[in-house]
Formats: sequence, C-alpha cells, structure tokens
Amino acid sequence: MYNFEYHKAKTIADASAMITQKSEAKLVAGGMTLIPTLKLRLAKPSDLVDLNGLPELKGIKREGSAVVIGAMTRHVEVAESAEVQKAIPALAHLASHIGDPAVRNRGTLGGSISNNDPVADYPAAVVALNATVITNKRKIAADAFFKGMFETALEPGEIVTAVSFPMPEKAAYMKFPNPASRYAIVGVFVAKHKDGVRVAVTGAGPCVFRQKDMEAALAKNFSADAIKSIAQKQDGLNGDIHASPEYRAHLVGVMARRAVAAAG
Amino acid sequence: MTARLIGDPVRRKEDRRFLTGKGHYTDDINRAGQVYAVFVRSPHAHAEIKSINTKRAAGAPGIVAVYTGADLVKAGIGTLPCGWGVKNKDGSPMAEPPHPVLASGKVRHVGDPVAVVIAESKAAAEEAAERVDVTYKELPSVTAVDAAVKPGAPQLYDAVKGNLCYDWHIGDKAAADAAFAKAAHVTKLDIVNNRLVPNAMEPRAYIGDYDRATGEHTLFTTCQNPHAIRLLMGAFVLHVPEHKLRVVAPDVGGGFGSKIYHYAEEAAVTWAAAQLGRPVKWTAERSESFLSDAHGRDHVTHAELALDLSGKFLGLRVSTLANLGGYLSTFAAAVPTYLYATLLAGTYTTPAIYAEVKGVFTNTVPVDAYRGAGRPEASYLLERLVDKAANEIQIDPAELRRKNFIPKDAYPYQTPVALAYDSGDYFATLDMALKAADYAGFAKRRDDAKRHGKLRGIGLATYIEACGVAPSAVAGALGARAGLYEVAAVRVNPTGSVTVLTGTHSHGQGHETTFAQVVAERLGIPIDQVDVVHGDTAKTPFGMGTYGSRSLPVGGSALVKALDKVEAKGKKIAAHLLEAAEADIEFKDGKFTVAGTDKSKSFGEVALAAYIPHNYPLETLEPGLDETAYYDPKNFTFPSGAHVAEVEIDRDTGVVELLKFTAADDFGRIVNPMIVEGQVHGGLAQGIGQALFEECRYDPESGQLVTGSFMDYRMPRAGDLPSFAVATHATLCTHNPLGVKGCGEAGAIGAPGAVMNAVLNALSTVGVSDLQMPATPERVWRAINDSKAAA
Repeated sequence: MYNFEYHKAKTIADASAMITQKSEAKLVAGGMTLIPTLKLRLAKPSDLVDLNGLPELKGIKREGSAVVIGAMTRHVEVAESAEVQKAIPALAHLASHIGDPAVRNRGTLGGSISNNDPVADYPAAVVALNATVITNKRKIAADAFFKGMFETALEPGEIVTAVSFPMPEKAAYMKFPNPASRYAIVGVFVAKHKDGVRVAVTGAGPCVFRQKDMEAALAKNFSADAIKSIAQKQDGLNGDIHASPEYRAHLVGVMARRAVAAAG
Repeated sequence: MTARLIGDPVRRKEDRRFLTGKGHYTDDINRAGQVYAVFVRSPHAHAEIKSINTKRAAGAPGIVAVYTGADLVKAGIGTLPCGWGVKNKDGSPMAEPPHPVLASGKVRHVGDPVAVVIAESKAAAEEAAERVDVTYKELPSVTAVDAAVKPGAPQLYDAVKGNLCYDWHIGDKAAADAAFAKAAHVTKLDIVNNRLVPNAMEPRAYIGDYDRATGEHTLFTTCQNPHAIRLLMGAFVLHVPEHKLRVVAPDVGGGFGSKIYHYAEEAAVTWAAAQLGRPVKWTAERSESFLSDAHGRDHVTHAELALDLSGKFLGLRVSTLANLGGYLSTFAAAVPTYLYATLLAGTYTTPAIYAEVKGVFTNTVPVDAYRGAGRPEASYLLERLVDKAANEIQIDPAELRRKNFIPKDAYPYQTPVALAYDSGDYFATLDMALKAADYAGFAKRRDDAKRHGKLRGIGLATYIEACGVAPSAVAGALGARAGLYEVAAVRVNPTGSVTVLTGTHSHGQGHETTFAQVVAERLGIPIDQVDVVHGDTAKTPFGMGTYGSRSLPVGGSALVKALDKVEAKGKKIAAHLLEAAEADIEFKDGKFTVAGTDKSKSFGEVALAAYIPHNYPLETLEPGLDETAYYDPKNFTFPSGAHVAEVEIDRDTGVVELLKFTAADDFGRIVNPMIVEGQVHGGLAQGIGQALFEECRYDPESGQLVTGSFMDYRMPRAGDLPSFAVATHATLCTHNPLGVKGCGEAGAIGAPGAVMNAVLNALSTVGVSDLQMPATPERVWRAINDSKAAA
C-alpha cells in the first residue's frame, strides 16, 4: 500500500469539497474494491475521504411507492431489512447473494453503483427497477447513470447519497456466480412494472444493459416461455477463463427465464 | 485396567491452542532488531536479465540492504539442490540445471526472484523494491507441457535439449506389447491431470537470525521437515555446518507437500541475517504464494488398456508428459516417476505394464509433490481407463473391477512395476462403499432426476497408494539422495511424565494427540502426562519430517521401538527394586509386577528410581530413562479403498452438483478415528476440488499466471460439499509394529476418479464420453452441446 492522507468526512459537503480539491482523492465507502486494490499497490490515491460516520447516508425508508436506501447502507442491512423484504423481496435476495458474509457486512449500495464494476449485482437492480440515483447535486435516472465499464454519470465532487427504488408488481434476480469470486458471470434482474417490463443484465457485458427484446416479449406475456426463443447476441460480451461470450450469451437466456419463473 | 487409547476418538490436545488463537506461527514471531525482506520478482515468463540497477533502491527511506543474484554468487552461495536423481532410459543421469537462490542471467517463470530488498519496515521494503530497476530482454516462453516438447519450442536451458529433464521408463515393454498383440479389446484414453496450486492456509514465512557471538544461524520456517532443510541449506547452499545452524518449524498452518521443499527465500533470509547481524523476516503475500509455492500435478498422458474377451486386464501402456516447471524443486524428479508409475498396477492383477515419462521444463512455477503426489495422477488415469473399458465392453464398472482385483489371498503381491503390496482387501472396501452409497438403488434415483430435468450420474474409483515413505535402501537405489527412516526419543521425566521428541512434523495432522495416545496406552499413564515435541532441530533428533503419509507408519514405529527400550530398561530397574529376576517382571497397566505375585512398582516409581538412583544397580545399568530409536521401514505401506460419487448436472448451465460422496478406506489399524476422518474429509475436499473446480492456468502467449488469486483460482468451499459418508475396513500392515498404513492423502487420491466417473456417467445419457478435469460449468455445457451437434 502506498502512503496517502486519510480524512474522515464530517459532512457530505465536506467530503465533496475534499475530493474536488485534492488531485488524486478517492472516496471510501465499504472499501471492498478499493482496499484490496490499495493493498496490491494497483492504485496510488493522494487522499482517502472516508464516508463512514455520516449518518445521513445510512438507512432504509419507505417513501410512497418507493423504497429509499441510503448510499452507505451495507448489503447485509438491505438483505435483512423487513421493509425491503416486504416491498421488493428480489432486492433483498440480490443483496443476500453479493460476495460473501465479510463483503456483505462492509460493502455498500452507493459504493457498488459508483464503482460500476461490470460484474457487480446492484446495477442490475437499479436499472430493472427503474430506480433514481440521488446525489448531493441532483437526481439521476437509472438509465442515465451507468455509462460504461467503471464509468457513471457522476461528476467531479458528486456523491451518491441514496437510491430510490420504485416497488414493482413483481420481480426476481437470478445470478450465475463466478465460481471463484462470486461476482456475477451473468445476473439478470427482471421487474414487471405497471407500465412495462424491464430486464437488466449484469456481468455479461462491459456495463449493465437492458435486454429490450425480452422486455417487449414479456410485456405481452410475462412467462418464461415468452422469451424462450430470444437469443442474446454474444457480440461485445465479456469473455474470461470462466465463461466465454458464447456461454455468457446462453446464460443470459437461462437466467432470464429462471428470473421470470421465480417472479411468478 | 489399561486405558484403551489406540482406537479412541481422543480430542486433539493441540486444539485448545489453535481454537483460542494461541497457535504460534512463524509470522507471530518477532525478534529484537528485526528487519523485513521483500523479493523483487520477474514480471516475465522468460527473459534475459540485461542489468539490475539497485542504486535508487539503496537510497530509499528505511533501506537496509539490497542483494541480487550476483551478490550471492560473489559470496559463494550455492544453488538449491534436488533431492532425487532420476535416470534416463539409457541409464544416463537426468539434466539437472542449477537453481539459483536469486535468478542469475535469466528468469524462467513469472515470480522468479531476482533481488531481495531489506528495510526497517515491510512498507519501506515494498517501496524500495519498486525502485530496483531491472532491464529484461523478453524471450518467447512456453508453459504447457505438451507444447514444450515440440520441435521449435522456446528452450529454457542451453544445456537441456528439448526442455527434457529426463526420459524415463519402467516395466517390461516387450511383455506389454505382447499383451496388446493378443488382446480382444483395447481401450485408449488421452487424459490431462490439471495443474493445482496447493494454497495452504498459512502462507510461507521465514525469519533468519544470526548470533555473532556464537556464530550460530537460526531459521524459523513454515516447513514440514526442519532437519531436511537444515541439511540441504547448510550443506549445499550456505555452507554452514549443522551444529551452527538451527531450523525451527513452529506451528505450521497446512502444507500439503508445498512446505517440504527448500525454497530460495529461506536461504536468502538466513544468509542476509548473517550479513546484517539483524534478524530478517519475510512473509509471503497470498499473490506471492501463487507465484512461488511449488504447484502440483500437471500431466498430459496417453494410456491404453488391453483386455481379453472376459474382461481380464492383459496389459497397460502409459506415456506421460510431466511438467516440472522452470527449475527442479526438491523432490520434483521423483513425483511423476517413482511416486506415479509404480502405482499403475493399482488394485488390479494387470500382468504386463510399461510406462514412460518425460519430465519437462516449462516457464512455470516449479512443480513438486502435492497431497498424494503422483498417486492421484496414477489412480485417476487408471480409474478413468477402467470405467471407459467397462462402458466399451458393456460390463458394470464395479463388476469389471472385481474381475481384476488382486485376490485377498495373493499377498504379498508383486506388481510388474516394482512394488510388493503386503496386504489389502479391495473386495471388502468396494462392497462397503457400494452398499453405503446404495449403488443398487441408483437407477431409480437417475429416473427421478430425469423427471426433474437433471442428469444424474454415479461413479466409483478404487485406489491404492504407497505410503509410509520409505525404505531407505530401496529409495536410495531409485535415486533418493536422503535416508527416509524416522526417529523418536522417549524422554521419561523423573516423576513419570513423558516428553516425546519426534523427527516428524505436525502441520495440521494432530500428532500431538495420536503420538501421545500410543505412548499413554503403552505406558499406562494418562494422556495428559505425555507431550510431543517436534519442529526444532535443536530439540529433536535427526528425522525426515512429515509427507507421504509417513508420520505414523514410520515415525510411530520409531516411537514404538523407543517405548520397547523404555519398557526393557524399566524391567531391569523394577527387577532390582523388587528383588526379583528380570525375566519374572511383567509390565502391564502402568505397573511392573513380579509374575504371580502382588509385588509391583508403578511406572512413576521406576522412573523416579532411574533419576534418583540411590537404590539402583549402578554397576550394571546407567541411570536415566530416556531412549531413542530409529526405524527404517521394510516396505512402503499400501492404504487402499473405494470411493463412490453421485452427481446431478443442470443441462442448461452445465453446473455439476455433488450430492453424495462415500469413501471406504483401508488404513490398517487406526489410532484416532476422529483424526482419520478429518484427514479423509480434507483430502476429499481437495480431490473434489481438482475434479470440479481447481485449475491453475497460464496464458499460453504471455506465460502470465491467469489464476493468480482466489478471484480466479476456484478453491472448493464447504457449501460445495455434501456430508461425506466415510467408513474404514482394516487389514493390518504386516511389517510395522502398529499395523498402520497412513491416511493423509487417500481422499485426494480416490476422489477425482470417482467424481469424474460420476460426471461422465451422467453425461453418457446425452452422448458425452470424454471430459477433462475440472468439470467446470462451461466445459460441461460445451460437451453436452458438442455431442448434440454431433448427433
């Protein structure tokens, strides 16, 4: 690990100012990606600005027909929240399958989506549930938030403070985990809303994406059979020693059908 | 009444220490004035070192020293020795290129150490290590064993033609060829034994220390055999005599073979400590372990089995390419030869066997013994071959095995590949395993699974292994450069408690309990009156350490011999105290009794008399009760068994789920069934890991290690494993005093074949007849797809 200056943010404004002023500053949320990267000397930030200790970033609350989850809420808190389990059980289920217990006890919603790892689970939920990402500066629609591999719409100094998840009629998340890391090789989140169906795929491509052919078919007939003949194209999908693009494309279909079946 | 301790599931004495976090591992040790070493490692698979500039590192904050290979050469430091020499087919010795402590001239694998940086803190050493400027000229590399023997392959050593360390063979080629000429059926198989990374929980760690006043060097090390390290490092590398070199292996958190070998970092820190007059500590990062611990397996094999019309095996021909990595590790040469091809008879009466093995250098981490070492490779090959033959000639796989088993009354049984089995009953363990696994009821379970859209399969494997390593003269004739006996000292303390000093080493096996059980039962004293000391050359006599399931068969036998001596001397003392003839003294239940009388002395009274010899036959007998014995085994031991796996496969994803695993093993007499069961469980997890999950992969172009962390190297997890059904059936070893055979490696030997045969059994219903380990989801999915396409 290289040396860096450590700051514990006292307010969100304070954190925002610090990461704007310092040349190579990084925010620390759960640290589940950042800390291993530092330990392997793969990153050399000048300053770390710690968001732990800001209570306004924490917590889960119901607001009308949405569940609003603070950015610093741990995965385990989402997984075990009675509110989330009741309102959007698929989201609690997703959180309960992120990484392992150690990761779930440290990792946060805001950290996960701000990092936008192509194989992270949460982006699929944010997109499929048509969530709104709330930052210290504005509100960003899910479809506009995830820009590409490790890239988001966040601007310098912008910090995710919460995510508002509208309650779907039904939803489910099916993940085919990387056998070693437990990240998603393919994760498909299917959500049926009043105004349509959204199918978000994580792990398969460089960034979470919507499978619109499936969405259209499911809007007409929300059943696994309805998407049986829809093949995910393998062009542009990820490939590694665990799964080729061809296999990932195949798994998108399998996981989508299973998600639809699980959503009921 | 004598407490029956042998055979009891006595709770592990060492667990209080381990479970309360009081274990004392190398990294827990800190010496006054300690400095920290970090190794600069090659980022390239194969490159010339054009220059190493240490100037910037030497100016780094907190820096103490920087050494390169040139410094070690200048200091007269030797190269890391190989402990076993193998001969080529023509009788010439194997190629044995030098293995420098720090690379000189060339690097031969990613992770090859080129310099060591020593600083006041680990962080400072890491900083300084980045300032060592090494200029490399990259060379083409080769990591796959079959690619390395091809004409035009990149060559690792100028002096080693075709990357060939040796071209070795065993058995009777003419007899095997004749068997094939008259065969009714020949089954052929091309098979890969996947490369594995051992991944002991505790990474390697070393501390070198030096006392300028006495000239004594000390090395604290995570090793399985401190005396062997002292001998190898002292005699061949650092040129320090034994009496000035102490090697301590304190608590060690797993080894699985990977901590047998003498590693470069051990020599470097021991030497540097003497240069600096300060203790030097190095602890591997996990990513460093992947790049520098010896790996295991990595064979590519073609095999053929000849059968007659009735299904009797007539002959076996095997041709194997074994990857040795970039350098010869300590026992590397022996693993794919004498620990592999000598096991190719397996449990069968195959009368003619011929095997040839090419040991091949590649641009990978050195490969050496890993749990099972050669025997899992042999067993997996045979059991896949036998299952394939059974499918081809349409005989039930269990029946084909029974037809070819060595009969119960055939012992001692001389195989065509050097070994003479002393005992076994393969029919009994197979029957036990099949019954416990409900083999007979499988068809119904398969049909039920089919209704749920799953492919269900059952597979079995039998195995034999050669353990209790090893008769020294036999091993010596085969190329071993060490003796392989074991030693134990039984130090009876004045008040009758006992300290055992053993040359073996426990790094998870529970010797502190099992050895104490042997002593407590024999001497009739409570088990808490016995302590077992191991892992320090300053305390224990010169023994060979722990590997090859040898500790109880060889070390335990030495212990029994030492106990014999204690009892014999005790009888002499008792005879004097009881004023009786020595021949009339009986020792039982911790008492020396004059036969036929109630006159007796307790073991404690006799011990006290030995150390306070006021009333003692000093004219004829030395005081004290402290006996040492060495035991050189007459033969290997031959644990055997039958394993049955049952799996279900998700056709849509290719995911294999292991539902049931049954093991019936013959380990001879069992001292502690709980510890044996634990050993079997651990071995099975690793064997199942090899079959379904683990695969060390190098990028064929760049030679980079692709599976360099747990993010990509897939270890088995508890959740992957069913509850194991394990049972034992004992036929006693005929040539050691406890009748024990060893149990540490069996699980890793039997499991891969059983699991893969189960996977292939499930896939046979969709037309798949071959698959290589590990049976990963994509590999299984592709096999199903390819067979669909072919149909």
